[in-house]
Amino acid sequence: MTLPPLPDEAIVIGAAAADWRAAVRAAGAALTASGAAKPGYSDAMVRMIEEHGPYVVIAPGLALAHARPDDQVLDNGLAVVTLASPVSFGHPHNDPVSVVLGLAVESVGGHLESIADIANVFNDSTVIGALAAASTPDEVRSLMGVASTGEVA
Amino acid sequence: MKIVTICGAGIGSSGILKVNAERVLAKLDIEADVVAADIGSVRAVAEDAQVILTSAEFVDAIGPTFADVIVIVNHFDQQELAEKLERALG
Repeated sequence: MTLPPLPDEAIVIGAAAADWRAAVRAAGAALTASGAAKPGYSDAMVRMIEEHGPYVVIAPGLALAHARPDDQVLDNGLAVVTLASPVSFGHPHNDPVSVVLGLAVESVGGHLESIADIANVFNDSTVIGALAAASTPDEVRSLMGVASTGEVA
Repeated sequence: MKIVTICGAGIGSSGILKVNAERVLAKLDIEADVVAADIGSVRAVAEDAQVILTSAEFVDAIGPTFADVIVIVNHFDQQELAEKLERALG
Protein backbone atom coordinates (compact mmCIF):
# COMPACT_ATOMS: atom_id res chain seq x y z
CA MET A 1 0.00 0.00 0.00
CA THR A 2 1.28 3.41 -0.93
CA LEU A 3 -1.59 5.50 0.37
CA PRO A 4 -0.45 7.90 3.07
CA PRO A 5 -1.45 6.79 6.57
CA LEU A 6 -4.78 7.94 7.99
CA PRO A 7 -4.28 8.88 11.64
CA ASP A 8 -7.38 9.83 13.64
CA GLU A 9 -6.51 13.52 13.08
CA ALA A 10 -6.90 13.04 9.32
CA ILE A 11 -10.43 11.64 9.62
CA VAL A 12 -13.48 13.77 10.38
CA ILE A 13 -16.83 12.01 10.63
CA GLY A 14 -20.08 13.90 10.26
CA ALA A 15 -18.55 17.34 9.79
CA ALA A 16 -21.02 20.22 9.76
CA ALA A 17 -20.38 22.20 6.58
CA ALA A 18 -22.79 24.85 5.32
CA ASP A 19 -21.37 24.94 1.80
CA TRP A 20 -18.63 23.49 -0.42
CA ARG A 21 -16.04 25.96 0.82
CA ALA A 22 -16.60 24.86 4.42
CA ALA A 23 -16.41 21.21 3.33
CA VAL A 24 -13.08 21.78 1.55
CA ARG A 25 -11.78 23.75 4.53
CA ALA A 26 -12.69 20.85 6.84
CA ALA A 27 -10.49 18.60 4.70
CA GLY A 28 -7.74 21.24 4.84
CA ALA A 29 -8.02 21.47 8.63
CA ALA A 30 -7.69 17.66 8.85
CA LEU A 31 -4.53 17.78 6.68
CA THR A 32 -3.16 20.47 8.99
CA ALA A 33 -4.09 18.48 12.11
CA SER A 34 -2.28 15.41 10.77
CA GLY A 35 0.83 17.42 9.92
CA ALA A 36 0.58 17.16 6.12
CA ALA A 37 -0.10 20.82 5.34
CA LYS A 38 0.01 24.35 6.70
CA PRO A 39 -3.30 26.18 7.28
CA GLY A 40 -2.88 28.11 4.01
CA TYR A 41 -3.36 24.90 2.03
CA SER A 42 -7.12 25.18 2.60
CA ASP A 43 -7.14 28.52 0.77
CA ALA A 44 -5.16 26.99 -2.09
CA MET A 45 -7.68 24.12 -2.43
CA VAL A 46 -10.63 26.56 -2.42
CA ARG A 47 -8.88 28.73 -5.03
CA MET A 48 -8.44 25.73 -7.37
CA ILE A 49 -12.21 25.24 -7.42
CA GLU A 50 -12.96 28.97 -7.73
CA GLU A 51 -10.59 29.09 -10.67
CA HIS A 52 -11.51 25.89 -12.51
CA GLY A 53 -14.99 24.96 -11.31
CA PRO A 54 -16.35 21.91 -9.50
CA TYR A 55 -14.29 19.37 -11.50
CA VAL A 56 -12.93 17.94 -8.22
CA VAL A 57 -16.28 16.19 -7.80
CA ILE A 58 -14.97 13.19 -9.71
CA ALA A 59 -17.72 10.70 -8.90
CA PRO A 60 -21.26 10.85 -7.53
CA GLY A 61 -21.01 12.08 -3.94
CA LEU A 62 -17.21 12.36 -3.83
CA ALA A 63 -14.90 15.37 -4.05
CA LEU A 64 -11.12 15.01 -4.34
CA ALA A 65 -9.90 18.35 -3.04
CA HIS A 66 -6.28 19.27 -3.61
CA ALA A 67 -3.98 22.04 -4.75
CA ARG A 68 -0.57 22.08 -6.37
CA PRO A 69 2.54 21.08 -4.45
CA ASP A 70 3.86 24.28 -2.85
CA ASP A 71 5.31 25.62 0.38
CA GLN A 72 2.00 24.95 2.17
CA VAL A 73 2.57 21.19 1.83
CA LEU A 74 4.65 19.62 4.61
CA ASP A 75 4.26 15.95 3.75
CA ASN A 76 2.30 13.67 1.45
CA GLY A 77 -1.05 13.32 3.14
CA LEU A 78 -4.62 12.23 2.76
CA ALA A 79 -7.66 13.28 4.77
CA VAL A 80 -11.18 11.86 4.73
CA VAL A 81 -14.12 14.06 5.75
CA THR A 82 -17.70 12.83 5.79
CA LEU A 83 -20.42 15.46 5.94
CA ALA A 84 -23.38 15.51 8.31
CA SER A 85 -25.43 16.97 5.47
CA PRO A 86 -24.31 16.67 1.84
CA VAL A 87 -23.41 19.94 0.11
CA SER A 88 -23.60 21.07 -3.49
CA PHE A 89 -20.42 21.96 -5.39
CA GLY A 90 -22.35 23.05 -8.48
CA HIS A 91 -21.42 19.92 -10.42
CA PRO A 92 -23.91 19.05 -13.18
CA HIS A 93 -23.92 15.29 -12.51
CA ASN A 94 -22.14 14.30 -9.30
CA ASP A 95 -23.76 16.56 -6.65
CA PRO A 96 -24.51 16.43 -3.77
CA VAL A 97 -21.20 15.59 -2.12
CA SER A 98 -21.12 13.59 1.11
CA VAL A 99 -17.44 12.59 1.22
CA VAL A 100 -14.50 14.96 0.73
CA LEU A 101 -10.97 13.63 0.31
CA GLY A 102 -8.16 16.10 0.94
CA LEU A 103 -4.91 15.32 -0.84
CA ALA A 104 -1.55 16.98 -0.31
CA VAL A 105 1.44 15.93 -2.41
CA GLU A 106 5.01 17.14 -2.09
CA SER A 107 5.85 16.76 -5.77
CA VAL A 108 4.11 15.98 -9.04
CA GLY A 109 5.04 12.54 -10.25
CA GLY A 110 5.96 11.04 -6.89
CA HIS A 111 2.33 10.55 -6.02
CA LEU A 112 0.97 8.40 -8.85
CA GLU A 113 1.13 5.20 -6.81
CA SER A 114 -1.09 6.83 -4.20
CA ILE A 115 -3.46 7.95 -6.92
CA ALA A 116 -3.55 4.39 -8.26
CA ASP A 117 -4.44 3.18 -4.78
CA ILE A 118 -7.22 5.77 -4.50
CA ALA A 119 -8.52 4.44 -7.82
CA ASN A 120 -8.32 0.88 -6.50
CA VAL A 121 -10.44 1.82 -3.49
CA PHE A 122 -13.10 3.80 -5.35
CA ASN A 123 -13.40 1.62 -8.44
CA ASP A 124 -15.70 -0.27 -6.09
CA SER A 125 -18.76 1.94 -6.47
CA THR A 126 -20.18 0.96 -3.06
CA VAL A 127 -17.30 2.55 -1.15
CA ILE A 128 -18.49 6.17 -1.30
CA GLY A 129 -21.82 5.32 0.32
CA ALA A 130 -20.13 3.10 2.88
CA LEU A 131 -17.68 5.88 3.80
CA ALA A 132 -20.52 8.37 4.12
CA ALA A 133 -22.22 5.98 6.56
CA ALA A 134 -19.08 5.09 8.55
CA SER A 135 -19.25 5.96 12.23
CA THR A 136 -15.65 5.36 13.43
CA PRO A 137 -12.15 6.17 12.13
CA ASP A 138 -11.37 2.44 12.09
CA GLU A 139 -14.28 1.85 9.74
CA VAL A 140 -12.97 4.57 7.43
CA ARG A 141 -9.44 3.11 7.50
CA SER A 142 -10.77 -0.35 6.78
CA LEU A 143 -12.76 0.91 3.77
CA MET A 144 -9.72 2.81 2.51
CA GLY A 145 -7.47 -0.19 3.14
CA VAL A 146 -4.95 1.72 5.24
CA ALA A 147 -3.67 1.72 8.82
CA SER A 148 -3.39 4.70 11.16
CA THR A 149 0.40 4.59 11.12
CA GLY A 150 1.12 3.83 7.47
CA GLU A 151 1.47 0.08 7.95
CA VAL A 152 -0.55 -2.20 5.77
CA ALA A 153 -4.00 -2.68 7.27
CA MET B 1 -1.07 6.50 -29.71
CA LYS B 2 -0.99 9.27 -27.14
CA ILE B 3 -3.79 10.07 -24.72
CA VAL B 4 -3.63 13.09 -22.41
CA THR B 5 -5.70 13.49 -19.24
CA ILE B 6 -6.29 17.08 -18.14
CA CYS B 7 -7.29 18.68 -14.84
CA GLY B 8 -6.54 21.85 -12.90
CA ALA B 9 -3.31 20.85 -11.21
CA GLY B 10 -2.32 17.74 -13.16
CA ILE B 11 -2.42 15.75 -9.92
CA GLY B 12 -5.78 14.56 -8.70
CA SER B 13 -8.52 13.91 -11.18
CA SER B 14 -6.16 13.69 -14.17
CA GLY B 15 -4.12 11.13 -12.22
CA ILE B 16 -7.24 9.06 -11.52
CA LEU B 17 -8.20 9.29 -15.20
CA LYS B 18 -4.72 8.20 -16.26
CA VAL B 19 -4.70 5.17 -13.98
CA ASN B 20 -8.18 4.03 -14.99
CA ALA B 21 -7.66 4.78 -18.70
CA GLU B 22 -4.55 2.59 -18.66
CA ARG B 23 -6.55 -0.23 -17.06
CA VAL B 24 -9.36 0.09 -19.60
CA LEU B 25 -6.95 0.27 -22.56
CA ALA B 26 -5.19 -2.88 -21.36
CA LYS B 27 -8.55 -4.67 -21.24
CA LEU B 28 -9.41 -3.41 -24.73
CA ASP B 29 -5.95 -4.50 -25.91
CA ILE B 30 -5.13 -0.99 -27.14
CA GLU B 31 -1.59 0.30 -26.79
CA ALA B 32 -1.32 3.92 -25.78
CA ASP B 33 0.85 6.31 -23.85
CA VAL B 34 -1.31 8.06 -21.25
CA VAL B 35 0.02 11.33 -19.82
CA ALA B 36 -1.56 13.39 -17.00
CA ALA B 37 -1.15 17.16 -17.27
CA ASP B 38 -2.58 20.42 -15.98
CA ILE B 39 -4.73 22.72 -18.06
CA GLY B 40 -1.92 25.28 -18.30
CA SER B 41 0.30 22.91 -20.25
CA VAL B 42 -2.40 21.36 -22.45
CA ARG B 43 -1.21 22.98 -25.68
CA ALA B 44 2.35 21.70 -25.35
CA VAL B 45 1.49 18.27 -23.97
CA ALA B 46 -1.53 17.49 -26.15
CA GLU B 47 -0.09 18.76 -29.44
CA ASP B 48 0.48 15.23 -30.72
CA ALA B 49 -2.31 13.51 -28.78
CA GLN B 50 -5.18 11.60 -30.42
CA VAL B 51 -7.45 11.78 -27.40
CA ILE B 52 -7.86 14.17 -24.48
CA LEU B 53 -9.75 12.86 -21.43
CA THR B 54 -11.04 15.53 -19.07
CA SER B 55 -13.92 16.97 -17.03
CA ALA B 56 -16.61 19.17 -18.59
CA GLU B 57 -15.15 22.25 -16.84
CA PHE B 58 -11.99 22.20 -19.00
CA VAL B 59 -13.46 21.77 -22.50
CA ASP B 60 -13.60 25.51 -23.25
CA ALA B 61 -10.11 26.10 -21.87
CA ILE B 62 -8.66 23.28 -23.99
CA GLY B 63 -9.88 25.12 -27.06
CA PRO B 64 -9.39 24.04 -30.66
CA THR B 65 -7.44 20.79 -31.01
CA PHE B 66 -7.02 17.94 -33.45
CA ALA B 67 -7.54 15.47 -30.63
CA ASP B 68 -10.90 13.94 -29.73
CA VAL B 69 -11.93 15.60 -26.46
CA ILE B 70 -13.80 13.10 -24.27
CA VAL B 71 -15.64 14.33 -21.16
CA ILE B 72 -15.73 11.84 -18.28
CA VAL B 73 -18.41 12.24 -15.60
CA ASN B 74 -17.52 9.47 -13.13
CA HIS B 75 -13.75 9.05 -13.03
CA PHE B 76 -14.03 5.67 -11.32
CA ASP B 77 -16.50 4.16 -13.76
CA GLN B 78 -14.39 1.98 -16.02
CA GLN B 79 -17.43 1.11 -18.11
CA GLU B 80 -18.03 4.77 -18.94
CA LEU B 81 -14.35 5.13 -19.85
CA ALA B 82 -14.38 1.98 -21.96
CA GLU B 83 -17.53 2.96 -23.89
CA LYS B 84 -16.32 6.50 -24.59
CA LEU B 85 -12.80 5.40 -25.56
CA GLU B 86 -14.11 2.68 -27.85
CA ARG B 87 -16.43 5.16 -29.55
CA ALA B 88 -13.58 7.61 -30.12
CA LEU B 89 -11.01 5.05 -31.24
CA GLY B 90 -13.25 2.51 -32.97
